[in-house]
Amino acid sequence: MSQEEKSNKISIEEVDYIARLSRLKMKPADKPVMQQQLSRILDYIEKLNKLDTENVAPTTHILPLGNVFREDEAKASLSPEAALENAPDKEGSFFRVPRVIE
Amino acid sequence: MTYEPVIGLEIHAQLTTQSKMFCGCSTKFEQAPNSSICPVCLGLPGVLPVVNKKAVEYGMLTALALNCRIVPHNIFARKNYFYPDLPKGYQVSQYEQPLAQKGFVQLEINGRSQRIGINRVHLEEDAGKLLHQNSKDNKVSWVDFNRTGIPLMEIVSEPDIFSAEAAKAFMVKLRDIMAYIGVCDCNMEEGSLRCDANVSIRRVGEKELGVKAEVKNMNSFRFLQRALEYEIERQVAELEAGGRIIQETRLWDEAKGITVSMRSKEEAHDYRYFPEPDLVPVMVEEGWVERLSKTLPELPDEKRTRFISQYQLPAYDAGVLTSSRELADYFENCAKLFAEYKMLSNWIMGELLRELKQQGVDIKRCPVNPENLANMLKLIQQGVISGKIAKQVFEEMYRTGATAQDIVKAKGLEQITDTQQILSIIDQVIQQNPDSVAAYKAGKTRIIGFLIGQVMQLSRGKANPQVLNKLLADRLKDQK
Ligand SMILES: [Zn+2]
Repeated sequence: MSQEEKSNKISIEEVDYIARLSRLKMKPADKPVMQQQLSRILDYIEKLNKLDTENVAPTTHILPLGNVFREDEAKASLSPEAALENAPDKEGSFFRVPRVIE
Repeated sequence: MTYEPVIGLEIHAQLTTQSKMFCGCSTKFEQAPNSSICPVCLGLPGVLPVVNKKAVEYGMLTALALNCRIVPHNIFARKNYFYPDLPKGYQVSQYEQPLAQKGFVQLEINGRSQRIGINRVHLEEDAGKLLHQNSKDNKVSWVDFNRTGIPLMEIVSEPDIFSAEAAKAFMVKLRDIMAYIGVCDCNMEEGSLRCDANVSIRRVGEKELGVKAEVKNMNSFRFLQRALEYEIERQVAELEAGGRIIQETRLWDEAKGITVSMRSKEEAHDYRYFPEPDLVPVMVEEGWVERLSKTLPELPDEKRTRFISQYQLPAYDAGVLTSSRELADYFENCAKLFAEYKMLSNWIMGELLRELKQQGVDIKRCPVNPENLANMLKLIQQGVISGKIAKQVFEEMYRTGATAQDIVKAKGLEQITDTQQILSIIDQVIQQNPDSVAAYKAGKTRIIGFLIGQVMQLSRGKANPQVLNKLLADRLKDQK
């Protein structure tokens, strides 16, 4: 499929929804672009779906590794000063965020 | 119309590891804010989390105790959502292919045995702690990430629970099992053990489940039962009034004794789980499971059954004594030294537990050690002290930690069994109470209790009751 071909697997509303889930603010002009890009990804997935994977175990990881563990030992942590150094907002030893009410 | 509730529980248990789930930060409780955090648990770019092996084994041990099947190839997943207590923007959890599945717990409810299914056991990490200040013009909250990344085990029951009472019993059972294995502190008040409930009701006989409400914020075993009782009543009343149950989250308000809708404006959760690329699978071979199974301690049910057969104890006693591993050990340590098990059980369940409860002391810190208790019971058995005096001795032992022998000697509490000594007190009492003696002779034989009391008082409780009873009865007969 060429870049110019239109695909509408994803609606503008879905673009808005995904942007909201990702906490992204999008300019209106960017939305159709994102719609195309996301739709093309789905087109590709559709292509993959046509393959026969009947006897293939699902791949959750690409590395042929398992059971990588650490022993349960407490190690030194960062100092609160270092941990808070790059915080966008802080107060004393706390990170500070806009008020959240449950 | 009769309805029945259907309840499923989701339990979160904080595992008692030294370090966090994926990094070496300490899990110690109540540290200075943000002092137990590192690039890994803060989710800074470029870090690599590594699984804590002990957390996996604790999860497996619990799963085995709950009769679950360990999933041979289990994986971690990212649960994506934004909240300020979640620094990475996702929680590492397990979704498809969790640690273990399909287990059960056997419960006794009102004398009937019931099996409650366990849907799954999986591992995940805890979130941080948000602090709010209750003032209207306050525009900020504060975050402490110490708790972020602490290993949690989630246990999900099947909707096999049909009363608030059974839900509590199930929770208590899980607590007992986890405390026996030592994988969790199991303190609901402090939050190391948490529980959410899915509650729905349906007409009796119906197969299909009703719309469920999720009830949260029940941080004690008692609150759990009360919250569920309330929620069941609320749903029944709603349906009876022609209303409908809506799927929502409700918080238990203990002060008001009601559940309150969270009325969350947030849209339906869409967590977009996907396999955590930074963590490789946990592969569990048979050998590993077998090795772990061998380290499982005797569990509460097994121990109770053994106590009944080995010590010939009533089921009730066995249940109380095995309610914690430490108490059971205490009993067994005593039982090695003192073989009258029922008498021993009576003293532990009575005096000892009452004293511990009153002082709020754990059996682990019991000031009377098994040897001292056994020695005191031997003194009763040998007739050195009476059962009544023993209570006094026990209190003294509890207070001072001294041995029974020392207390009895120092306070002169040995029982008087000497016939002459007791007779002389009896004669004194008979002389001082001619009216009572006359009444006895006139047929009011029950007055003998009063006379016994008088003798006991004069002997400061030390007269041997059996000897006294016999001597007094004989003496009164002689008074012609
Ligand atoms: Zn850390």
